[in-house]
Amino acid sequence: MTETALSLAAAVRNGDRTARSVVEEHLTAIEAREGDINAFNLVMTDSALAQADAVDAQVAAGEDPGPLAGVPLALKDNMCTRGVATTASSKILEGWEPPYNATVVDRLATAGAITMGKTNLDEFAMGSSTENSAFGVTHNPLNLDVVPGGSSGGSAAAVAAGFASLGIGSDTGGSIRQPASFCGVVGVKPTYGTVSRYGLLAFASSLDQVGPLANNVADAAALYEAIAGHDHMDSTSIPLPALPVSSELDHGVEGMRIGVISELDGSGIEGISADVQARTRAAVDALAAAGAIVDQVSVPSVVYGLSAYYLIAPAEASSNLSRYDGVRYGLREDGANNEAMNIASRTAGFGDEVKRRIMLGTYALSAGYYDAYYGKAQKVRTLIIDDFAAAYENFDVLVTPTAPTTAFEIGAKTEDPMTMYVNDICTIPSNLAGHPAMSVPYGVGDDGLPIGVQVLAPLLGEVAMFRAGAALERSLV
Amino acid sequence: MSSPISREDVAHIASLARLSVTEEELDLFTGQLADILDHAADVESLDAHDVAPTHHPYPMTNVLRADVVRPSLDREEVLSQAPSTESGQFRVPPVLGEA
Repeated sequence: MTETALSLAAAVRNGDRTARSVVEEHLTAIEAREGDINAFNLVMTDSALAQADAVDAQVAAGEDPGPLAGVPLALKDNMCTRGVATTASSKILEGWEPPYNATVVDRLATAGAITMGKTNLDEFAMGSSTENSAFGVTHNPLNLDVVPGGSSGGSAAAVAAGFASLGIGSDTGGSIRQPASFCGVVGVKPTYGTVSRYGLLAFASSLDQVGPLANNVADAAALYEAIAGHDHMDSTSIPLPALPVSSELDHGVEGMRIGVISELDGSGIEGISADVQARTRAAVDALAAAGAIVDQVSVPSVVYGLSAYYLIAPAEASSNLSRYDGVRYGLREDGANNEAMNIASRTAGFGDEVKRRIMLGTYALSAGYYDAYYGKAQKVRTLIIDDFAAAYENFDVLVTPTAPTTAFEIGAKTEDPMTMYVNDICTIPSNLAGHPAMSVPYGVGDDGLPIGVQVLAPLLGEVAMFRAGAALERSLV
Repeated sequence: MSSPISREDVAHIASLARLSVTEEELDLFTGQLADILDHAADVESLDAHDVAPTHHPYPMTNVLRADVVRPSLDREEVLSQAPSTESGQFRVPPVLGEA
């Protein structure tokens, strides 16, 4: 798709195009390729057209239809939509229609964006490939034999395939950035607490963050501005408005201090492929050529991030997912008494990866192991935050690869959970620290598949992060 | 290196988590969880006795709001999504004893 989300919105706002024609065009694209890609759990044809007509009526009446007027958007199916099935790609929520909208969903509607459908994900966002889904595997639009990444693989694939101009994902350990890297799109995990989690089906509450996917940095910035800002329905929401990032995108990186994390450049942690290392170096060189001051920096404790994450996230998940008990919503299987019903419902409703993480989390929190596992992992979190703080005394943003490799073949890593988890090694530290980070496409690997480069920033450092991301994007043209 | 988690441990935590696992699943999950916990040995063995834990990445305490009555979710709409209801409440099988 050559048209950007912002150019579509401008055309709809000034009456050059109708929102209906934009939506119909995207529905045609979905019809042509969705059978091969399986990005959506649900395509919302009727409501998308109705939303488009409402936008067109606003334009005709001279009202402001919002900054994203008529822009087709793909919504990850772990965000609540009132009266519309919301599944988290789990059998346990089969048939559930939430009685409320996620705050993000309301804000998108206010901004004029059109929700085209609910996108596939790894069940409850637990995965890095969109293979752990009750709705089947999503295929990468650039090569149907490889995964789109995950867990926001459906949204990333929908944007890459031109099914929607914008996508919404959620990122607990890299679930927006890694699929963005695999599908060749931009993916942003904003600062923890800047985008409301109200109506996001919780996975790991101290790590989860909602964020944008888009075909370019400016579109991602506009989407971030539409969804960020304080929400009284989320007690962890930071009481600040969205940071003004769009107006800063052209300001460049002249004099910006950019650090390359040495532990994640291929010389430290093993498994980062040569082509990913090469593209990351090329990105760093381009930033230097654009006037940035570039140097290596050590953030030693990031090497413990993967282990700490796979204790903390399952621990929080084991608690969050205790609510799926067959009592108030979703699947209920018969049982002779209440406990038997709970067990039967959970056993039938959850897939293997979710069960694995619930059990791992239960173990990490259990008597005798709490201090050794969960408690220690929380201390690692402090070490990572402290190491980042030291690095940011000398640097404005940091750069790493987004994922260790390009997209891998479907089925290649489903047998061994640990090899799948290693995908998140570069993205996890930002979740543990609560910091913003974004993936920007930066060329392709030896296999011709996209490679993303990650820009990290300190808490509420979105302005510098987006500036660096925009500079990277410009350097490719 | 001895396994960090036994088959009996996995059976116990499955029961705590209200999950039923077959004998084959017990074998599979025990091996997989052991692999993950083996990887976590680096964190487990780290000397961090003087480090404070981080529970939450953005320091905020006592998030308060005015104690004002506001509309909440519609009761009928919520109950319409439940597997079973009676007299405006969620209905469940007997909590005590056999049905």
